[in-house]
Amino acid sequence: MRFLKSLFKDKLAASSLVVILAVIIIGVFAPVFAPHDPLEVNISKKYAGSSWEYLLGTDQLGRCVLSRLIYGIRPSILWVMAALMLSVLIGAVLGFIAGYFKGKVDALIMRVCDIMLSFPGYVMPIAFVGIFGVGLENILIAFIIMKWAWFTRVIRTSVMQYTELEYIQFAKAAGVNHFKIIRRHLIPVTLADIAVISSSSVCSMILQISGFSFLGLGVQAPAPEWGMMLNEARSVMFTRPELMLAPGIAIITVVFAFNFLSDSLQTIFDPKLMKSKKIRTEKVEA
Amino acid sequence: MALYTIRRLAAVFPILIIISFLTFFLINLSPFNPAEILLQARGIPVITDDLILQTEEELGLNDPFIVQYFNWLMDCFQLNFGTSYVTGEPVWNEIKPAFINTLKLTVLSSFIIVGLSILLGVICAINEGKFIDKSVRSMSFVLIGMPSYWLASLMIWYFSVELDLLPTSGMSSAESYILPVSIITVSYVGIYFRVIRTSMLSNLNEDYVFYGRASGLPEKKITLHLLRNSLQVSISVFCMGIPTILGGTVVIENIFAWPGLGSLSVDSILKRDFPIIQTYVLLLGASFVVFNTLSDLINMTLNPKLRKGF
Repeated sequence: MRFLKSLFKDKLAASSLVVILAVIIIGVFAPVFAPHDPLEVNISKKYAGSSWEYLLGTDQLGRCVLSRLIYGIRPSILWVMAALMLSVLIGAVLGFIAGYFKGKVDALIMRVCDIMLSFPGYVMPIAFVGIFGVGLENILIAFIIMKWAWFTRVIRTSVMQYTELEYIQFAKAAGVNHFKIIRRHLIPVTLADIAVISSSSVCSMILQISGFSFLGLGVQAPAPEWGMMLNEARSVMFTRPELMLAPGIAIITVVFAFNFLSDSLQTIFDPKLMKSKKIRTEKVEA
Repeated sequence: MALYTIRRLAAVFPILIIISFLTFFLINLSPFNPAEILLQARGIPVITDDLILQTEEELGLNDPFIVQYFNWLMDCFQLNFGTSYVTGEPVWNEIKPAFINTLKLTVLSSFIIVGLSILLGVICAINEGKFIDKSVRSMSFVLIGMPSYWLASLMIWYFSVELDLLPTSGMSSAESYILPVSIITVSYVGIYFRVIRTSMLSNLNEDYVFYGRASGLPEKKITLHLLRNSLQVSISVFCMGIPTILGGTVVIENIFAWPGLGSLSVDSILKRDFPIIQTYVLLLGASFVVFNTLSDLINMTLNPKLRKGF
């Protein structure tokens, strides 16, 4: 509750949260919100401007841009978030094992992470779609394979700094079993770190995955997806540049919302961040 | 120092071997039969089972996995990465020019990114909390949140179509560099200048700054000291950044039809040209390791404390 209170004190973060929730709800109930079938082609109405029937106009095949945008939430946002959660989950489990038990298990998990992390950014997904064929599923699987290692490493660091604390040492000495220590004493304190990490990486993941669809390696036409829509708009860019606007602004809005939210989460969970700044400025001024 | 360098370099080889193994292993997981793809790519009209068996034999696909791997690895050491399924050319002949083109783009962008990040980072750190710091930071916030391909498309539309100033695509003249390099710069400067800014700010708390001020050093000299110490953290970030940019130019290259690795790899994916994909992954994995090692070595030279572990 205290967390929600401080979140709503920050107007920007609160409105970001509202935007994100609205986008998720609209995406889940896309058929209810979409005025048209996103795949319905109507050549006679192509490039229609904004009207009551087509609020955002139509594209080069006469499809309703708004409906495509709404259905596009599913692959562009919802699936990406699902993939992110799965990789955070894997990262959390392994991170807890490595960080809490340490020793050989830790060394093994970390070496595997090192290897996974030695393929920079885009390379793993490219290799993956290259091997298994193009498609959104393969991109998502590739991202899960790539990201878990990173999450494992960060969560492990977070867990490690807490396992050194005295109350955990005390619990261990008192003979509380490992599972209970993790559940009662470690998960609650590391949850904040995990929330901050995942909310900050959701942005880059949304951008990257829509980038793959933009290249034609992810979602395949005619399915609606924001990156895909931008790619289609690019082919008619010289005559109808306005088609680039709607999907671009949609991506930017969501990414900004997540960015603001993650920034605010960071300050809420880490009051030290504000404090240290104050101390520092005081020191400098003095 | 020499000993540390040798030890650090020796640690590179096992990682490279593992990366190469992983690359080879991944390609072998593919549900597509390379022999079939090869025959299809060469435009052979009727693909019979006999033909597939014969091609499999030619490609050495019937050897045990480990034997195949060692043969491939030995060839790799001699820069022989096989032949492209699609064109029949040696992979190296296709990859090399593309790699050089991408490298030109990456190196040029990296220099601009480093220069601009240091400049902005220092300006923001000195003016922390003031108007200029806030405006630069919010600008970077906006730019990081934009899809680079969207920004690129808009810039092509504006500068190349509306104003007709710059070429839309290709790599024909020096002007072709302007748009891709600025897009890459914009998407990375926002991240890296923060690194400089943060590490300068954390150094500001150190005793040496306080002492410097107390003994009346001019502010410019203190800034120089700060910068030197902050750069250490930044070097490793930048070194890791170069392979990231190298691999991250995929989208930009495709938009600008830059004849580099990114375009080549996407093209190969769509055509299922496995040898090229394999070499691409290997090359980028290896360059990541190399730059990682390089940053470690530079940092070890600068900071003797780090040599302890080796």
